[in-house]
Amino acid sequence: MWTIGLLVAGMALATGLILKSFQQNLMYFYSPGDIAAGKAPDGRDFRIGGMVVKGSVKRDTASLAVTFTLTDYAHETNVTYNGILPDLFREGQGIVANGHLNPQGLFEADEVLAKHDEKYMPPEVAASLKTPKTASNNP
Amino acid sequence: MIVEYGHFALALALAVAILQTGVPLLGVAFQRSVWMDFGATAARWQCLLLLTAFLCLAYAFLSHDFGVIYVAQNSNSALPWFYRLSAVWGAHEGSLLLWVLILSGWGTAVSLRSQQLPQDIAAIVIAVLGLIGTAFLLFLIGTSNPFLRSWPAPADGADLNPLLQDVGLIVHPPLLYMGYVGFAVPFAFAIAALVRGRMTPAWAAWARPWTLAAWVFLTIGIALGSFWAYYELGWGGWWFWDPVENASFMPWLLGIALIHSLVVSEKRGSFKNWTVLLAIGTFALSLLGTFLVRSGVLTSVHAFATDPTRGVFVLAILGTIVGGALLLYAWRGPSALAGGSHHVVSRESFLLANTLLLTVATATVLLGTLYPLLIDALGLGKISVGAPWFNLVFTLVMTPLILTLGLGQFARWKEDSLQRLVKQVALFAVGAVLIALCIAAVLAPTTRWRAAAGVLLALWIVASVASGVWARVAKRQQPWAVLRALPRSFIGQCIAHLGFAVTLAGVSLTSTQSIDLHTRLAPGDHVALGPYTVRFDSLRELDGANFRASEARFLIERDGVPLYELRPQKRFYQVRSVSMTEAGIVPGFARDLYIALGEPLGDGAWSVRLHIKAFVRWLWLGALMMAGGGLIAMRERRRTSAVGALDALVNPR
Repeated sequence: MWTIGLLVAGMALATGLILKSFQQNLMYFYSPGDIAAGKAPDGRDFRIGGMVVKGSVKRDTASLAVTFTLTDYAHETNVTYNGILPDLFREGQGIVANGHLNPQGLFEADEVLAKHDEKYMPPEVAASLKTPKTASNNP
Repeated sequence: MIVEYGHFALALALAVAILQTGVPLLGVAFQRSVWMDFGATAARWQCLLLLTAFLCLAYAFLSHDFGVIYVAQNSNSALPWFYRLSAVWGAHEGSLLLWVLILSGWGTAVSLRSQQLPQDIAAIVIAVLGLIGTAFLLFLIGTSNPFLRSWPAPADGADLNPLLQDVGLIVHPPLLYMGYVGFAVPFAFAIAALVRGRMTPAWAAWARPWTLAAWVFLTIGIALGSFWAYYELGWGGWWFWDPVENASFMPWLLGIALIHSLVVSEKRGSFKNWTVLLAIGTFALSLLGTFLVRSGVLTSVHAFATDPTRGVFVLAILGTIVGGALLLYAWRGPSALAGGSHHVVSRESFLLANTLLLTVATATVLLGTLYPLLIDALGLGKISVGAPWFNLVFTLVMTPLILTLGLGQFARWKEDSLQRLVKQVALFAVGAVLIALCIAAVLAPTTRWRAAAGVLLALWIVASVASGVWARVAKRQQPWAVLRALPRSFIGQCIAHLGFAVTLAGVSLTSTQSIDLHTRLAPGDHVALGPYTVRFDSLRELDGANFRASEARFLIERDGVPLYELRPQKRFYQVRSVSMTEAGIVPGFARDLYIALGEPLGDGAWSVRLHIKAFVRWLWLGALMMAGGGLIAMRERRRTSAVGALDALVNPR
């Protein structure tokens, strides 16, 4: 019997650990508007999505560093990234980036995602583009 | 006209599928032998009709019939013929046609090999397969008909998604579907057992080869998908915990649990409840996978279907079939499936613990995949679960799983003692630890212990396999004769477990010992990559059949000795105006050299990804071994007549 008890206890412990780390690893999505409103967390990773502002992409001449501006057509956030942008990263297109806000309010991206379709807009972006009208309803 | 024949064949297949469901069930209810046997005939006709429909659609693609909407959306006059053929299943409608075709293929296979089954069981199995076919044919014809025409026909098509223009993608979806859909067979067997209220060891012996077959296909399909991602996406990654990858991974994991539970049901007559539940669960996850991919709820590379009515339809099918099965289980399960007994320390216990751990692993993947969708659907915000979480919890669940896997191999059926077990295990365990320490000594220092821990677990599996073989051979008069006469199921099990060890070692070493370098290079520049020096020699433009490409030439040398030349490409497909990366790879047993072009940075410079991927091929090698093991175990010489006779003695009815 005690073996089964041990098994159940082990399972419970594992489940607890899994759920706890699940909480810690959830990444929330925010739009430039959310960030302007101060909703985005400090010192914790999150996702940002928006359209890349035309003419905003600036590359460093010696490294892979690149900066660009994301917009939800109401607010803008500047993003910096050090790495290779995906194949379909283009100005005027929707993208999603994972990373965190630095103290200067610049979004430091660890990963930039774009989709293999020139008309693609991340659903998060599409939704947050619609929200300005209904944003006041949200708590 | 050919296309219209295909359309007609599809409609006829639906009618046959309805008969395949209804007539055998009525036969069972009224004890009519002819009606019960009708199902087998119907299954073959359904397969023939769907094959006709499929070939007609393939003909439309090959003959550039852009009047068919589906062809116009997914083909182009410049597309080479083999991609036109694979474009048949390159998007939603066609891949669904392939889904039902494969289902009918499995139905036909069952009908051809069902002579040994009791007539009523065979009739119910065929009827359940017919029911699933009916549901999906309704879905296909109602919401996603590939034969619809538009007038006037466009002059040219919109081209196949360039991401799918790869040889790997010609075979990846059919293999994956063979696996997904194949789990319908053990599901149908489970339903038959519940309806007839009897589940014998012979039942498990019938269901096991079918389960293994489906699982083997799914294994190869997943491995191929991972290999394709490595080659074609140009990131050097091989698994992304993408929801669609997870969708195929979940039935695969639970399928392993089902296979092992079936072994216990066959050999010891226990775990019957659990086996039936796992069979239902595995197929439910296959259907869930179809729903996730087909409904457009996911935003991944695979989400080419974005029509909510389709999602609701698949969800309805999922709810009806799985809900119905679970109701049947709740009603009939406990009474129909009483089991045998076993001691706490026994092989049964370890197998039970392992199937439970596999279920937990499946549940964590399910949680990580569905939770963001659920939160979104409830309007509570947009979240995502990152790969770090999946990696962490998977390590957490896999470690005890592998430990009990080994112990289970050492333990005896029915009853064993802890002392004997410890004595057995000690020598092998010490050996595994010593070898792992030796390997750790030569690994890169920063990640040495993480890699060594993974390798140790892999060695533990190898040790348990070795002990299993040893236990059968040692102290025999003629060890070679014994070795040659080992049952196929045992050989298959050993190879599959060794394959798991190989994959595990590959994962541990690739994720810790690889070198990744992202840098800016112009022609003439060179850069150090581990022990190698990589020189960006030149860049040229070239034209492909339906794309333009920039092709770079990289020269790789070591200690001044030129070794390899790589020509990675960045392709631009005009019709869809999409860029694609073709990586340059030097394959190797212990490492791959991998170079992919990023993007032009001006002044002739490019961003470039350079990788040394340590032991990355072991991932797929191990997967092939697992599939091969399954294949061997599946082809075990049939003992059903003997088992059946024993069965009749033990379970008289």
